[in-house]
Amino acid sequence: MGQDALTQRYLPVLIVIIISFIIGFSMLLISRLIRPKRPYTLKLTPYECGIPSTEDTWERFNVKFYIVALVFVIFDVEIIFLYPWALVYKKIGFYALLEMYLFIFILLIGYFYAIGKKVFNWSKE
Amino acid sequence: MDTLYIIAITIIKTAVYFGILMLHVAYATYAERKIIGHIQLRLGPMVVGPHGILQPIADVVKLLFKEDIVPAKVDKTIFKIAPIISLTAALSTFAVIPVNKNWVIADINVGLLYVIGIAGIGTYGIIFSGWASNSKYAFLGGLRSAAQMVSYEVALGLSLVGVILMAESFNLTEIVNKQTEYWYGMFLFPQIIAYFVFVVAMLAETNRLPFDLPEAETELVAGYFVEYSGIRFSLFYLAEYLAMFSMSALATICFWGGWTAPPILIKAFPILEFVPGFVWFLIKVYFHIFLFFWLRGTLPRYRYDQLMAIGWKVLIPLALVNIVVTSIVKYYY
Amino acid sequence: MIYLIFAYFCASMIGITLMALTRKNPVHSVLWLLLLFLHIAVLYLFLNAEFLAVVQVIVYAGAILVMFLFTVFLLGAKELPKGKRYTDLPEGKALIGLSLTGVFIGAFSSITTAWKGKYTIEYIEKIGNTKALGVMLFNEYPLAVFLLGIILLIPMIAVAVIAWRAK
Repeated sequence: MGQDALTQRYLPVLIVIIISFIIGFSMLLISRLIRPKRPYTLKLTPYECGIPSTEDTWERFNVKFYIVALVFVIFDVEIIFLYPWALVYKKIGFYALLEMYLFIFILLIGYFYAIGKKVFNWSKE
Repeated sequence: MDTLYIIAITIIKTAVYFGILMLHVAYATYAERKIIGHIQLRLGPMVVGPHGILQPIADVVKLLFKEDIVPAKVDKTIFKIAPIISLTAALSTFAVIPVNKNWVIADINVGLLYVIGIAGIGTYGIIFSGWASNSKYAFLGGLRSAAQMVSYEVALGLSLVGVILMAESFNLTEIVNKQTEYWYGMFLFPQIIAYFVFVVAMLAETNRLPFDLPEAETELVAGYFVEYSGIRFSLFYLAEYLAMFSMSALATICFWGGWTAPPILIKAFPILEFVPGFVWFLIKVYFHIFLFFWLRGTLPRYRYDQLMAIGWKVLIPLALVNIVVTSIVKYYY
Repeated sequence: MIYLIFAYFCASMIGITLMALTRKNPVHSVLWLLLLFLHIAVLYLFLNAEFLAVVQVIVYAGAILVMFLFTVFLLGAKELPKGKRYTDLPEGKALIGLSLTGVFIGAFSSITTAWKGKYTIEYIEKIGNTKALGVMLFNEYPLAVFLLGIILLIPMIAVAVIAWRAK
């Protein structure tokens, strides 16, 4: 893949991303030019179902979210290794297949251990 | 000189593509209200224009003219940039989605992974909007929504591994072309489990019923975008519908054969050969969008812990079983 | 023309890194880091490593940075505290910066390429970079794949322990 293939295939992606950004920005800009602006204090307080707010922002950040993010990183990396394997499946012979099954099996050990230790049990709230 | 030519062609292609796309998204909002209305035995919008057909235009004009309330004590930079992140991520996925043979803006060899990656960037718009709003409900809604999207991304990725096993390429055009080599013409039939996992994950990724607890009106009052009004809200709304279209397009390309028709159908009705490719593509995408609306009108929503349990404990084993079975079968054929 | 784009990405990466390092609000830093990871992904494209570019977006920008962000939220850090350490002095920062630069220059000036064997340039151009990566990984490095499984197993157990302790 030389320079020509790079510009031919990937430059359009960059241009599309830039254009999407410009579309979002210009919608905001158009709106900014034509909308009214009459702020007063009561309008600017955060919305809490109509009840006046109690001034403390939030209770402690629940660690469950962090655990979900951690487990997601691990499974994401696993998926990343499944993709090239699936891609070259026909070319790599029988032992590579077994090798990947072993990889999946090891990961399943971790997965079932986590299920057993109730990592994925989001308690009722 | 050559590069400038490519840039010019891309801009023209993007303008046409995005123009048609935006029209679809605007009328998808209208279609949703009509279809859900009819499911619930009422009529939906009827006032603006005949049968309410000008409703989306009225909505856009209204939202453009609404006052933009930026609440006090928010992080202004992040508050303003979050909807743009969401919209840019949602729109950028369409750079690689082919509508017909050679009708794609950028034909890259890792198209499938690109779509998944950019869809993952979309979660940042949600987290940042929730955090920047300086409101308990918004932050909690944003975190829950992000945790849900992140959990179902694993299932989404795993279900697509089955498709890659059969198609042997990440290039979306090649995936479609590979499907014509079978008499049934779609990967739907051998990969039915993967399709089921993909559809469920698709619903959860776009925060649609039955997985829309983080933005349900009765639970968290619109969740992460409660503090957004006017055009900023419409950017989030657009991003949600664009994500629906992007996932539907991915589903039709990977499982339903994109712009091709099953060869056995063409043999049975030779007249179908003259139907242009993009018509097949649009019909299949419309079916998936209708599926979104149908499920919204019919199913109750899942509780959050049930939602997370499904994403981690049900879909991942199903997708892994599908991968193992597909790889065993593919080894012998 | 492509050189202009490359020049922009190189220059902007340095600028974005400096912005990410100097923000007072850690969430702003994370936002700049997100932009940086996307630029790094494009840099991988310039090296013809398309798979690595999308992996950078999916794993690094999509998963690891979310974890960073949740860490920032967990710590509830509004602004970084000012401590009295030598790293707060400009001399301390310069010392660390220079020594790290020295380490990187030393490391990257002694890069060797692996054997060619059957992975010639024609082979890679015929089957494409991603497939060449897959073939090489699963044919030549089976032990590495097995170790990867173990490396991913250990954090799963760690997460299970954290979750069990947290309840």
